[in-house]
Amino acid sequence: MFSRLSSRSLGASARYGSSPAGRVVAVRSVQLDAEKTSLSQARFASSKASTRASLSNNALPITFALISAGSIAWYTHLYGSIPFLPEASANTPAEDGLHPTHYPWSHSGILDTFDHSSIRRGYQVYREVCAACHSLDRIAWRNLVGVSHTADEVKEMAGEVEYEDGPDDAGEMFQRPGKLSDYMPRPYPNEEAARAGNAGALPPDLSLIIKARHGGCDYVFSLLTGYVDPPAGVEIREGMNYNPYFPGGAISMARLLFDGLVEYPDGTPATTSQMAKDVVTFLNWAAEPEHDSRKRIGMQACIILSALTAISLYVKRFKWAPIKSRKLLYTPPK
Amino acid sequence: MALTDTLYNALFRRNSIFVSSIFVGAFGFGLAFDTATNRFWDNWNKGKQWKDIRDKYVTPAGADEE
Repeated sequence: MFSRLSSRSLGASARYGSSPAGRVVAVRSVQLDAEKTSLSQARFASSKASTRASLSNNALPITFALISAGSIAWYTHLYGSIPFLPEASANTPAEDGLHPTHYPWSHSGILDTFDHSSIRRGYQVYREVCAACHSLDRIAWRNLVGVSHTADEVKEMAGEVEYEDGPDDAGEMFQRPGKLSDYMPRPYPNEEAARAGNAGALPPDLSLIIKARHGGCDYVFSLLTGYVDPPAGVEIREGMNYNPYFPGGAISMARLLFDGLVEYPDGTPATTSQMAKDVVTFLNWAAEPEHDSRKRIGMQACIILSALTAISLYVKRFKWAPIKSRKLLYTPPK
Repeated sequence: MALTDTLYNALFRRNSIFVSSIFVGAFGFGLAFDTATNRFWDNWNKGKQWKDIRDKYVTPAGADEE
């Protein structure tokens, strides 16, 4: 008698074994290690084996329970509140800040690099406008080389800034022109000076600002272009400005980008939104200098790894085909 | 059969040749793969990368001697 059984159904029927001896002989010839172990355990069923069997029978619900508990813990850790429970908040949506519009950035696709002309213009906007108050501590002059400027241009720009260096042979600190290895000069020597110069508000360092704000590029762009008059009933203190995208609505930074504020050497019209777009692209580059090569290597890795996955799936099927299609001969015990 | 025989005689018969063909093949594949993907990449991002706009800003050698 030929019975074509998959190894799984064979194992199940043997577990409720009506005639253990004959079946075990048949299965032994299959030579499937994993099935063989579970089968021989089930055959000598005792109290010890049954606990293990219930664990393995409930593997699916146990896995899902663990996944659920893990994702709730992760959510709680990330957002600070347990999900699915109502929560009281005194904030109106306006006080949390408007959600920024999503803009089609030239670098938002998974295969898209930064637009380096835009980075170059954005650096100009940063230098002429933002750098009056905001530092860019984590970017050195050398980082611009090969990204938005040539080495000669950057050397010239760095040389225009004085840096303190030393000590010299006499133990004195001295001033020298900047080099490629120097970091971007700060507008204020320290945080206290920055606060004193801005009515108590600290202009944040812009090196990682795109990563550091929810909404990233979209948020910063909306903030820079979103200054409006405060709506009726909203009172803004002296020296503050109203911006609906800023949580709370009152921001110390005034609107700074106006049409024609800078003059682009490449002839691009310097509208408010163009300058905001360029400076946001520049700041995104500053936050993620590895962006372009990360995406390129990611593309290459995806191609290689998916090819390897396809090959290993094929090899698995190829090797298992004779085992899965094997016919078993059952000889009933005489 | 002719193909497998040729393959066997050319590559698999001697282990030294088999191993060295793996190394040479890996090297060649790496080169070809990188060339192909980078060409696609540069084509996809045409006009956006620094190497595309560099010519506008670089001063030709010897120009600053005057």
